[in-house]
Amino acid sequence: MELVCPAGSLPALKTAVDNGADAVYFGFRDSTNARQFAGLNFNDKRAAEGIEYAHSKGSRVFCAINTYPQPEGWEQWKRAVDRAAGLGVDAIILADMGLLDYAASRYPNIPRHLSVQGSATSYEALSFYKDNFDIRRAVLPRVLSLDQVRGVAKHSPVELEVFAFGSLCIMAEGRCYLSSYLTDESPNTRGACSPAKAVRWHETPEGLESRLNDVLIDRYGQGESAGYPTLCKGRFEVEGSVYHAIEEPVSLNTLDLLPDLQALGISAVKIEGRQRSPAYIADVARTWRQALDNLERTPGMFTVENDWRNTLSGLSEGGLTTLGAYHRKWK
Amino acid sequence: MMKLSLGPILWFWSKQTVFDFYAKAAEWPVDTIYLGEAVCSRRRELKPDDWFDLARDLKACGKEVVISTQTLIESEADLRRLRRICDQNEFLVEANDQSAVQVASRHHIPFISGPSMNIYNVATLKVLAKQGLKGWNLPVELGKETLEQLINGLKQEGLELPAEVFAWGFLPLAWSSRCFTARHYNLPKDNCEFRCLQHPDGMELRSRESRELFRLNGISTLSGSRYDLTRELPEMERMGVNTVRLSPEHQGMEEVVKRFDQVRRGEVPATDPLHLVEAPPCNGYWYGKPGMDLIR
Repeated sequence: MELVCPAGSLPALKTAVDNGADAVYFGFRDSTNARQFAGLNFNDKRAAEGIEYAHSKGSRVFCAINTYPQPEGWEQWKRAVDRAAGLGVDAIILADMGLLDYAASRYPNIPRHLSVQGSATSYEALSFYKDNFDIRRAVLPRVLSLDQVRGVAKHSPVELEVFAFGSLCIMAEGRCYLSSYLTDESPNTRGACSPAKAVRWHETPEGLESRLNDVLIDRYGQGESAGYPTLCKGRFEVEGSVYHAIEEPVSLNTLDLLPDLQALGISAVKIEGRQRSPAYIADVARTWRQALDNLERTPGMFTVENDWRNTLSGLSEGGLTTLGAYHRKWK
Repeated sequence: MMKLSLGPILWFWSKQTVFDFYAKAAEWPVDTIYLGEAVCSRRRELKPDDWFDLARDLKACGKEVVISTQTLIESEADLRRLRRICDQNEFLVEANDQSAVQVASRHHIPFISGPSMNIYNVATLKVLAKQGLKGWNLPVELGKETLEQLINGLKQEGLELPAEVFAWGFLPLAWSSRCFTARHYNLPKDNCEFRCLQHPDGMELRSRESRELFRLNGISTLSGSRYDLTRELPEMERMGVNTVRLSPEHQGMEEVVKRFDQVRRGEVPATDPLHLVEAPPCNGYWYGKPGMDLIR
């Protein structure tokens, strides 16, 4: 299995490569990709440098152009595909059907990967993308249980990549409009969920409040650690009780599932987090590299080592990790 | 004149409630009715054959009927139901994800794309037209500017693809493998005791300052405010929108349909208050603003 790591900047890209990433993925510095953060991502010059570095070390580079262009943005998004092609990336990660069609007809020789934002949760959906755009690989949404991944993998016409570690989206990706309902930006339209520009923090007598476009997402009492106000991870009131009504602030960690994923024929595991620092990327990439190497060396004998677990939980949201939907009980 | 449609029932209602609802809807001035379970695989008060029987009855009453498919397809059982819906030649199908597009096109069944299909540009519409797309819904997060560009773009391409706009009701905003209703009751999803039946219009999720944010409805999350584009109908007609979608609620629906029917005929609706589930109105998406906003 391949290790695919995020690169939000050139230092992060180099760090990922140096720490054992088989491939890295990046986006351009605009809303053509699903991690539009101020100060993050690549212009063409930086991208060219990154690609050269990765290739010199034997790693591959994927370019994510995985938001949905509206007519006004169509030329810009098309140009992003042209730029990626011109830079010599090893694959383009796409979600929009129109853009997939453009990439497939204009650059048939550059592999296309279906982004998780393409929201393909069945092998029939994968066949749709394979038949129409000849995709090589698809990234599966984080909503599937291991049994469901097994079902998809058994009949999949394409290589599969699954999320291994990082932030956990609990909604089917690519079809979640919660962020644009509370703010004017969503992952699909602007590559942003719960955008930082809409976030405000207030110290109040009742505690520290986090708000998104003035909507109270959470309020933290003394000693509670505060997290970024991703709107689905707040505490809300339903029928008189206040709780994490949608999801707790936890991270996804599938180290324990590696042998299962390998047995299912999964081609690659993906680390989430282009918004993360190079130091974070170094720790995560190194840990997963060790785990994957261990899996290769000792088939059937794989165990998760304690220091891997400690490293990863230290890097997780709220210090907590979950198998997410891979684990049926989570539901 | 623009058509009025009733979208699929997004809530979980008992079989009798569903039958009663459509017995009345058969008499309402709606042109198109979408039937079927679009949300949760565990909601099986009506079997596919029940839906088809209902569809035939409504067709006999002069309604155009479209069979809706589940939005989040996860299991082999989901795919079996999807194939069952596409294994017929009497009705159009509402495709709510690419699995449905694939299966419908393989069966040569013409389809209409639902609001959860990501159609953001004309190139996407062209791809789907080749697969048998006969009409499409604007994704709920898009507004009038994008809609107008899409309609004009289709004209330039010489493509005849009628547009439908979700114009009234709680907006379907997200789908998950997790069931938020079961979570509220501390029940596992696989043994949810069908608690959604107790919440015919979902469960309100409020901020700790009592602001209506969302409505939890099983695995789906809907808007806490009710999207209402009543006053935008003349604008939609001018732009060339074909169909206006109203999303079923368990009370007051007849008055809602009648009001929209009046407005599309250019009449001024009566001002008597509707007897609806209480929720604030919103229309932000239409104006390219946060969806929850109300632009006056």
